[in-house]
Amino acid sequence: MLSIKNLQVNVDGKSILKGIDLEVKAGEVHAIMGPNGSGKSTLANVLAGREGYEVVGGEIWFKGRNLLELAPEQRAREGIFLAFQYPVEIPGVSNVYLLKAAVNAVRKHRGLSELDAMDFLTTVKEKMKLVQMNEQFLYRAVNEGFSGGEKKRNEILQMALLEPALGILDETDSGLDIDALKIVSDGVNALRSPERAMVLVTHYQRLLDYVVPDYVHVLVHGRIVKSGDRGLALELESKGYGWIESAAARA
Amino acid sequence: MANTQPLDDLIKREYKHGFFTAIESDTLPPGLNEDVIRAISAKKHEPEFMLEWRLNAFRHWQAMQQPTWAHVHYPAIDYQAISYYSAPKKKDGPKSLDEVDPELLRTYEKLGVPLHERARLAGVAVDAVFDSVSVATTFKEKLAEKGVIFCPFSEAVQKYPELVRKYLGTVVPPGDNFYAALNSAVFSDGSFVYVPEGVRCPMELSTYFRINAASTGQFERTLIIADEGAYVSYLEGCTAPMRDENQLHAAVVELVALKNAEIKYSTVQNWYPGDAQGRGGIYNFVTKRGHCRGADSKIAWTQVETGSAITWKYPSCILEGDNSVGEFYSVALTNNYQQADTGTKMIHIGKNTRSTIISKGISAGHGQNAYRGLVKILKSAEGARNYTQCDSLLLGDKCGAHTFPYIEVKNPGAKVEHEATTSKISEDQLFYCQQRGLSAEDAVSMIVNGFCKEVIKELPMEFAVEAQNLLGVSLEGSVG
Repeated sequence: MLSIKNLQVNVDGKSILKGIDLEVKAGEVHAIMGPNGSGKSTLANVLAGREGYEVVGGEIWFKGRNLLELAPEQRAREGIFLAFQYPVEIPGVSNVYLLKAAVNAVRKHRGLSELDAMDFLTTVKEKMKLVQMNEQFLYRAVNEGFSGGEKKRNEILQMALLEPALGILDETDSGLDIDALKIVSDGVNALRSPERAMVLVTHYQRLLDYVVPDYVHVLVHGRIVKSGDRGLALELESKGYGWIESAAARA
Repeated sequence: MANTQPLDDLIKREYKHGFFTAIESDTLPPGLNEDVIRAISAKKHEPEFMLEWRLNAFRHWQAMQQPTWAHVHYPAIDYQAISYYSAPKKKDGPKSLDEVDPELLRTYEKLGVPLHERARLAGVAVDAVFDSVSVATTFKEKLAEKGVIFCPFSEAVQKYPELVRKYLGTVVPPGDNFYAALNSAVFSDGSFVYVPEGVRCPMELSTYFRINAASTGQFERTLIIADEGAYVSYLEGCTAPMRDENQLHAAVVELVALKNAEIKYSTVQNWYPGDAQGRGGIYNFVTKRGHCRGADSKIAWTQVETGSAITWKYPSCILEGDNSVGEFYSVALTNNYQQADTGTKMIHIGKNTRSTIISKGISAGHGQNAYRGLVKILKSAEGARNYTQCDSLLLGDKCGAHTFPYIEVKNPGAKVEHEATTSKISEDQLFYCQQRGLSAEDAVSMIVNGFCKEVIKELPMEFAVEAQNLLGVSLEGSVG
């Protein structure tokens, strides 16, 4: 589904990603781990098409299409979803309005009819149960005054509604207490399916206790220095990133 | 890290209503003097009192200076280079749509204002002003049943001279300000509305303005009177064809609400704003004022202003009657090189008078947007209250938002609240929406409409939709 080949990315002229190779197939969950500044969030943002990230080399293919040629909204409509590390507040725009506009933009792209207000409300209320969100969140401005946990739950709700082919979760666990982490994880697990792939970007392995990945990749200084299964995450948990960084430096 | 390109692209959209209708015009040569005023008055077969009134205003105007205090900049206007009268040529006034010049009707079609369709389907009486003379008036009979008078101003002067004489200039006197004086001297036409005692006007009254004929100033004069216990909602909507040279528009609107009466006046203004380099566009110097003359009366101004190169406009309320209410809801959008200095004046005279001001300014491109508002509470205004909320939204880093609130309180028991915010549409907000599948254009439109919704909801339904579309169209590209 997703094929990244020798991806090199600069930010403000500085080399951040120095040749990433990654293959993600439908149904798989990949965790990208790494210390701060290793380029994890850069990778997530490049996949989503954010401005300010200059791709200086390599390729990204998604469902057989050259992803780098697509605008951010086209990528979203094709099925790439990014759960943001810091979901932005949009005062004046109600959550339900954005959700409906997004769902219908994606449906239209997929050749489906747009949902009217009634059908949409039925759908959204069903999905809200998944992340234990109260209906009142629909009518508040997008993320405005939401707690950290509420914002992250709202991201998962959006993912549930948009039914992406590839969900990228950028540090979704950061700033969550254990209860919120559990709710978010349950939501993510419910969305796992044979047709859907997920990439979890995280600094800590504790998210992986709840959302168990098929593969774990360790990103250091813009390169994937080690890949493995869940055991690798546990090893990092006990040893920290130091050993792998020095191993990377020796290599 | 962020890059303003998507927003910049968004702002650049061509004005949709730029076309020119070839119609023979009966136009006076440029210049302004007493003879021109006599000619205008004679062309309109006005009674002597109107001519005297115009000449008096002209003498005021000659002694006045163009105001310079507004936060707008433009080259000096040569008032002698303007033609002060232009009317589509006609033999006799058309009595039905069949008699209206088909070319003119096609113009309205292009604007999305099919007169007959709109009038029939929406139940709206449309008093269409083309250049300076009203050419078609519908639903007059239905209104007449209720005793509501809705007609071109020039017709009111002929048919109801006593009403015109009684109320004209009582809210905006001829010498009120430079532009009002000019308008009083040379006004060509406009709308006249009188709603008799106890009558609730059965439909929204609507006028579509259109500026045509090159180098012709447009000087509309509108007078609306709601007698005791009457109610009327009036809609004003405007578009103008694309034009290179600047055009002056100096309108005057007077509203009079007697005891227990209510007037809602809504405007969507979409005149040619000039091109992306700031060439051309309408100069919109308007005096709008309402007078809550009787107790328990109410006047509400709602405006969505997206057009004109320069806007100078302060729809105001004089709250004289006890317990009277004044409201001002405004969205002013400036893009490219547009400049707006707009706001309101709420003058509290009567006891327990209340006013609400909700102003939303949106600046994009190189646009400059100033809110200028006066809340004045006189000693007599026991228990007066005002609430002002003034929000600015910036798109991009080359535009400006300015707020000039003036508050004068002479009564110690009055309550005056003022809140102001300034925010920006950020690249982060745009990207967030794009990542959810929305185009940048739709995202900007959604955010802007969210910002304006407190004002939009005050508009009558069909106008609200038009206004929302207009906001989307008028904004192509800015944030940073």
